Amino acid sequence: MKSWRSVPASILFGAMWLLASPMTRAIDVDALPTAELQERYDGLTHELRCMQCQNQSIADSPVGLASDLRRDVREQIIAGKTDAQIRDSMVARYGNIILFRPPFQSGTAWVWILPFLLLLLGAFIAFRIVRQRSALVAGDDSVVEADDVPQ
Amino acid sequence: MSRFLIPGAIFLILAGVLYIGVVHSPNKSTMQSALLGKQVPAFSLPVLGNSETKVTNAQLAGHPWVLNVWGTWCEACREEHEALIAIAQRKQVPIIGLNWKDQDDAATDWLKQLGNPYTAVLVDRDGRAAIDFGVYGAPETFFIDAGGRVQYRHVGAMTAEVWDREFASRLPKGGFP
Repeated sequence: MKSWRSVPASILFGAMWLLASPMTRAIDVDALPTAELQERYDGLTHELRCMQCQNQSIADSPVGLASDLRRDVREQIIAGKTDAQIRDSMVARYGNIILFRPPFQSGTAWVWILPFLLLLLGAFIAFRIVRQRSALVAGDDSVVEADDVPQ
Repeated sequence: MSRFLIPGAIFLILAGVLYIGVVHSPNKSTMQSALLGKQVPAFSLPVLGNSETKVTNAQLAGHPWVLNVWGTWCEACREEHEALIAIAQRKQVPIIGLNWKDQDDAATDWLKQLGNPYTAVLVDRDGRAAIDFGVYGAPETFFIDAGGRVQYRHVGAMTAEVWDREFASRLPKGGFP
């Protein structure tokens, strides 16, 4: 075991990561005919939601429906469909919820906009707090808000 | 006072969002069908117990019909079976079963034991037809109008109450054509 100890932890972790990463790919063994098609398959199956276990992609889910959907993706790729056509066919049957990245539409716009609005709000609040505190540090007592002074 | 204004507003907004989430949570798992108002997907499926005979969506067009997705492996399907039989006895509309990813023998036995509410049972052994219907769990029940459009989908066990509210109400007066 001594030789293990001499290996820096970072290299060990790196090796574990390399070993583990193939397992995070699709569960299916049968690959597509070319590496290019396989890459598209891996990409698509990772961006489609498993409808039964909704926080997993169909690539990661072991349930039967996910494997049926993977088969559907594989067949459509082999039939020569584009990624966009395959995504559209999934949305036509299951709705936008099947996409982890839904399109920017009137019904889904808030999903995309809200995080940025919240970020802006947070930045605004942080900015105000920092400005108030720095003013206090500067020794200028007059910035204490009027409300804080006993009437 | 103003130092409480922004935190107070944030609290109220957050409380509002969470309130809406909690109120709607029972419906979260039942997604609206993406097929509503659209034509039923094309299919040609063998009939249970007679695999030579195939039924297509075109053959069912011209009058309203109901598609019930079930499997003998599905607990909630057993739960709803009695309700389905009672509904079938009203003879309001043909109920077509879609036997999803099941085995013919098991399905036949099930219908012998529990009774058969279906006008016909179509066999979807490999689950392709179910995917085309956007099925994500059994049981699911679809109402298809005379024009072949999907009008409603119920996710979960059918009950007399759901039937009256969402299915019988969509039928034209007069029942079976």
